[in-house]
Amino acid sequence: MLYKDLVIIGGGPAGLAAALEAAEQGVKDVMIVERDSGLGGILQQCIHNGFGLHVFKEELTGPEYAQRFIDRLDNAGIEVLLDTMVIEITPDKRIFAVNSEKGVLEIQAKAVILAMGCRERTRGALNIPGFRPAGIFTAGTAQRYVNIEGYMPGKEVVILGSGDIGLIMARRFTLEGARVKCVLEIMPYSNGLTRNVVQCLEDYGIPLRLSHTVIDIHGKKRVEGVTVAKVDENLKPILSTAEFISCDTLLLSVGLIPENELTKMTGADFDANTQGPMVNQRMETSCEGIFACGNVLHVHDLVDFVTMEAKFAARGAAQYLKEKDGPCRKMSVIAGEGLRYVLPHAVGVEKMLDEKQNFFMRSIKPMKKARLSIQSENGTIKTRMLSYVKPSEMINIELNKSEISKAAGHLKFILQEEGASDER
Amino acid sequence: MSDKKNVTCIICPVGCRIEVEIENGNILNLSGYRCRRSLQYVKDEVTSPKRILTTTVRLKAKGAHVLPVRTRAPIPKSLLKEAMKELKSVSVAIPVKMGDVVLKDVAGTGVDVVASRSWTE
Ligand SMILES: Cc1cc2nc3c(=O)[nH]c(=O)nc-3n(C[C@H](O)[C@H](O)[C@H](O)COP(=O)(O)OP(=O)(O)OC[C@H]3O[C@@H](n4cnc5c(N)ncnc54)[C@H](O)[C@@H]3O)c2cc1C
Repeated sequence: MLYKDLVIIGGGPAGLAAALEAAEQGVKDVMIVERDSGLGGILQQCIHNGFGLHVFKEELTGPEYAQRFIDRLDNAGIEVLLDTMVIEITPDKRIFAVNSEKGVLEIQAKAVILAMGCRERTRGALNIPGFRPAGIFTAGTAQRYVNIEGYMPGKEVVILGSGDIGLIMARRFTLEGARVKCVLEIMPYSNGLTRNVVQCLEDYGIPLRLSHTVIDIHGKKRVEGVTVAKVDENLKPILSTAEFISCDTLLLSVGLIPENELTKMTGADFDANTQGPMVNQRMETSCEGIFACGNVLHVHDLVDFVTMEAKFAARGAAQYLKEKDGPCRKMSVIAGEGLRYVLPHAVGVEKMLDEKQNFFMRSIKPMKKARLSIQSENGTIKTRMLSYVKPSEMINIELNKSEISKAAGHLKFILQEEGASDER
Repeated sequence: MSDKKNVTCIICPVGCRIEVEIENGNILNLSGYRCRRSLQYVKDEVTSPKRILTTTVRLKAKGAHVLPVRTRAPIPKSLLKEAMKELKSVSVAIPVKMGDVVLKDVAGTGVDVVASRSWTE
């Protein structure tokens, strides 16, 4: 059995930033366990630019962003176990992992940071009927094939879902000489950044068809085409609009799910909306000494926020390792009207890491203008006007310690569309 | 003869749709924009649109396949295809460090293509 002060599961941007920050905070015995053969997580396959504008104030590619952290690991004296998959974790922080060299490893940690990232929803999650021919990929899998393994999964492509990964793969396939026939989106708006709609689709004349979905996949051995249809306001396909589009490849870019199989073994409380664990102000789950950050906690659109959150989790773990924890008055955080979730789920004011606390949240729908207000049992704590809110772009707001201390009972976040509520 | 073109501004989340009237590469008229930043973006986008190109090149290493690369600066949009063609024949030996030049002056743009990550062993 190995004994470690802090074990970090996952060596993506969340795990890397957490490890470096923990070392900086004086935590001695830090180990990263990563199942892949290299560090960097999903960033290694995201070879496009657009990363790091907040953290580094310049536009980096995914691998460049990761490399900046990887290059600092050696000097920080952080131990890294590659090609090692964690398969079990107990509530008292015992970790079981496997690799081909040592077989099963058992590690007892004093604190754990979960940084396992997320995975993509697959065809099974969508219930598209038809055979199961070759040529159906999630966009991320195709991205790995093209950008890491170096081969092209197809020549004529239809993409379902207009999230950023789907849009970016439309451009990538086109540059590599394939023909992307269209990107279909079931919602009446794109889930991706405007910048990606412009630079990945419009630049290359790829049509984006909103309020459309795939209702059938053709071909037995290999995809031969798909039937697409317009959907009505209840997202039900309008069969009279069905149309056949020939293709040999269908990419699915229909959402990400936090990878929480291990988290569930700890017995930590979960948030049904984020599909990740509930955390407090220092990213600690309800299982004491086990922290979470990055996409395993909630799906992020920007890696900069992942890095920020990971640093928080690391400082939280360092604080936990230093002072054995006493009682702390906790205030619950509630996602009210207009919001899908708010994070963290609870704030223990005495153990806040800074004078300010950042809260992350997502709206339930796009709004041109909206009022964000934070309320407690004794009234409104703060309000802020926001413009051009989108579910795909995370909102964040800071509250001062004094503002949180003033609140009673709970902190409730509410997002109201301006003008719209009166009309109803 | 003047030409009409629609440009979506990407500077901020508002995403203004701007209608531009052009004649011989000169902008005659602009409508639908709300701020100065947008104005500059549209001018650049209509007269000389540029993009950073990110792609992969062959990597000569055991167990490895391709190396992610990028143009150090944005290059004219019209030369992206040409740049891709030139990069097809580039092959890099290890060790390689992030920032190493893998191709100089791609497609005659004066811009170098550099490695996006390091690769040793
Ligand atoms: C396909 C895809 C494309 C994306 N594209 C972009 C983009 O273009 N721009 C952007 O800003 N964001 C993008 N994102 C979001 C991106 O995931 C985050 O910005 C960031 O990479 C998340 O960091 P992370 O460390 O939480 O997760 P990841 O980068 O996913 O890292 C998690 C790591 O944990 C490891 N791991 C998981 N389970 C285990 C286990 N049991 N044992 C050991 N190791 C384990 C994984 O191998 C992985 O290395 C994308 C996400 C996906 C899935």
